[in-house]
Amino acid sequence: MATTTNAPVLGQHRTIWDGGTEPLKASYGKLMMWFFLLSDTFSFAGLLITYGMIRYSHSSFGEYLAATGKPETTPFSFSIDYWPVPEQVFDAIPFFEVHLPLVFVGIMTFILIVSSVTMVLAVEAGHRMDKADVQKWMLWTILGGMAFLGCQAWEWSHFIHGKGAIGTLMPDGNLFLGANLVQNQYGPPLFADLFFFITGFHGTHVTSGVILNMLIFYNTTMGVYERTGHYEMVEKIGLYWHFVDLVWVFVFTFFYLI
Amino acid sequence: MATAHVDIHAHAHTHDAHGHGHDEHHDHHEQSFLEKYIFSQDHKVIAKQFLITGLLWAFIGGGMSGLFRLQLGFPDADLSILKPLLGGWLTDKGKIDQEFYLALVTMHGTIMVFFVLTAGLSGTFSNFLIPLQVGARDMASGFLNMLSYWFFFISSVLMFTSIFISTGPASGGWVIYPPLSALPQAMSGSGTGMTLWLLSMAIFIVSSLLGSINYITTVINLRTIGMSFTKMPLTIWAFFITAVIGVLSFPVLFSAALLLLFDRHFGTSFYLSEIYIGGEALSNVGGSPVLFQHLFWFLGHPEVYIVLLPALGMTSEIIATNSRKPIFGYKAMIGSMLGIAFLSFIVWAHHMFMSGMNPFLGSVFMFLTLIIAVPSAVKAFNYITTLWRGNIVFTPAMLFSIGLVSLFISGGVTGIHLGNSALDIQLHDTYFVVAHFHLVMGAASFFGMMAGVYHWFPKMFGRMMDEKMGYIHFWVTFVGVYLVFFPMHYIGIAGFPRRYYSWTNFDAFNIPAFVDLNMFISIAAFLTLAGQLVFGFNFFYSMFRGRLAPANPWNSNTLEWTTPRFPGHGNWEGDIPTVYRWPYDYSKPGSKTDFIPQHIPLSQTPESNNEHDEHDLKLEKELV
Repeated sequence: MATTTNAPVLGQHRTIWDGGTEPLKASYGKLMMWFFLLSDTFSFAGLLITYGMIRYSHSSFGEYLAATGKPETTPFSFSIDYWPVPEQVFDAIPFFEVHLPLVFVGIMTFILIVSSVTMVLAVEAGHRMDKADVQKWMLWTILGGMAFLGCQAWEWSHFIHGKGAIGTLMPDGNLFLGANLVQNQYGPPLFADLFFFITGFHGTHVTSGVILNMLIFYNTTMGVYERTGHYEMVEKIGLYWHFVDLVWVFVFTFFYLI
Repeated sequence: MATAHVDIHAHAHTHDAHGHGHDEHHDHHEQSFLEKYIFSQDHKVIAKQFLITGLLWAFIGGGMSGLFRLQLGFPDADLSILKPLLGGWLTDKGKIDQEFYLALVTMHGTIMVFFVLTAGLSGTFSNFLIPLQVGARDMASGFLNMLSYWFFFISSVLMFTSIFISTGPASGGWVIYPPLSALPQAMSGSGTGMTLWLLSMAIFIVSSLLGSINYITTVINLRTIGMSFTKMPLTIWAFFITAVIGVLSFPVLFSAALLLLFDRHFGTSFYLSEIYIGGEALSNVGGSPVLFQHLFWFLGHPEVYIVLLPALGMTSEIIATNSRKPIFGYKAMIGSMLGIAFLSFIVWAHHMFMSGMNPFLGSVFMFLTLIIAVPSAVKAFNYITTLWRGNIVFTPAMLFSIGLVSLFISGGVTGIHLGNSALDIQLHDTYFVVAHFHLVMGAASFFGMMAGVYHWFPKMFGRMMDEKMGYIHFWVTFVGVYLVFFPMHYIGIAGFPRRYYSWTNFDAFNIPAFVDLNMFISIAAFLTLAGQLVFGFNFFYSMFRGRLAPANPWNSNTLEWTTPRFPGHGNWEGDIPTVYRWPYDYSKPGSKTDFIPQHIPLSQTPESNNEHDEHDLKLEKELV
């Protein structure tokens, strides 16, 4: 950066906090990204706390059995009376009619984490000023992001179309198959509301991340960063990409594991 | 955007590092009107944009309070004379429509809290003062700063539009609690007006975020040589902490507002459960309106400090300058602001004592709430001890600052009552609450804003405001505010609920003493509002016709007074001054003058140096 070339001479009394310098050794752009991410953390925290509060105001399957005096060995089935067991909801993978709980979402998570790794490699290549390597790793990151979004699209569509042939009994006496924002076959309507809203909010973040990654790839290819003399923009967008990845780990934990 | 970033950065640092004599913007090309005044990236112009927009909103929001005070003070009056202004919002009998009354109260709150005292106050002075007082050419990113204003502008346009739609603006109170705000069929104000409110606020949050990350980053990275955190004026500390609070609390309102939009438009049930409306059962089950209250107040309470801290910071600066004394307890001031900021995040549920929350949780929040009295008292005492035996100069800004201290104490004391979860059973949602927060947060912050305008007007426009009109404005406002809000305490203790259109149907409230008191409050409110016109005239008149300002009209120590009378984009014509001392060297023993600005080296003032200056004297040699 232009700034590091004129780093102040620190002395016995002058510290890095005495002005005229970047005390956190980060440019203003990087600091802004950090503070934006801090802010975004609080939006996601608000949503996940919402999830927690609503989740615990509904009874779980076990609590439902205990309250209605049914034996603990009763097999799980979908009902609007209790919060569903995630393993029973998310057990499908494309092309095969098998019961594989959480395998598909595991694959999605793996893809996203790998795309974070390729992003690290792109940043590292940027430090070496290796344009070809930045291009290569950015391309892999973009592919990873798109693959994740594709998986999410499939999962949403599967969730929306429903499972089984009959559906679940709704309060109005009809059977309903699949899920939307008003009713769903897997459990209380809020289960689907929260699923769509939170994974959707995260998906929006991934989408904008992919778009930003494409811009970076384009700028790299056009030699913009080579001319500027540094690849800091890759680092800044990298921070965002890692954040989106980290948030997914929390969303995954809340929705699929707990 | 990527390239814009880099350009600004490189530009700013060329200046910082090598201190070229001129501002390159001016050398390279003459700016068009559009670049200079409309889509400007100069923090000073953006600050003025925020200020003027904020003042326009203040007149609109204040005018609304005049309208509903008419209804409250004179419930039987025939207001047909207002027909040209209000049109269909007046009933056939010439009274304000009940739905419109609720809309007025809601919009007054929203406008004052967000558009005037957040954007108009923090937006103006953080933008104006941060670069000038820390010694920077501009904000870290002038481009994002410009966007911050224009997002605020779009948000303003949306909110303003909502006033004119046929179903009226949002009317569920500025806190927009669901289910009232979530169900368009609940009241006319929950229709399109509410949608516009939510969209406007979402955009407002984007504006606030862009502003805040800029303020924080500028303070961290762009301080001039020598400007350590402990040499920063308290104004900058206040803006810095305010920005941090904003960055952490506004996003939660953003989430809450998005969830509410989904409840309103896409059939979700986040905040809704088992509701009958018009005899019909809604299908929503499982949500919780209390959830919204938690999310809302997680922003809502920090918002109080977002509004108040900048006012307190400017007051510190103005009181020290005009008392010709160092601020008492500089580090205690910083510590108490940090304390208030931290506590602001863990007290929100004191707004919800009566919402059916677990009473045990209520006692926890009560305990945490009452602790806020400690840092607040530290600040109040520090102001008073700064004034104590000072050589006080009563400029209009100084009067408004002292007024702030007075209001902060009078309003703060009733906070102790309201923070008590048992007393709150009686006082909740009465006029006691209205009196409390208008004094401690509304009027106090407004006084801080006015103090800031009077004090920094010479730097903003290069001209002086008229002092006599300033004194008239101050005394009318100061006396007026007390006459309006002090009686409200009694009305509140008597049980008058907030937000009611009229109390005439309740025997308990028909006692002549209270009817008269309400009339008295209304008259006081009209006079106070009229007093603001003096300010409006003074402000716009002085902008063009005021006496030209001297370089340092208040003999102040901070860096902004080392810039030219009309500073260009880049602020200083030569090098940015280096800072050698803290900003409060007023009446330093031994000194020939009663102030020594921050950029004067200690080596030039051997007569006034004392044993505390030894470290800075050694540091000075290393700063060159």
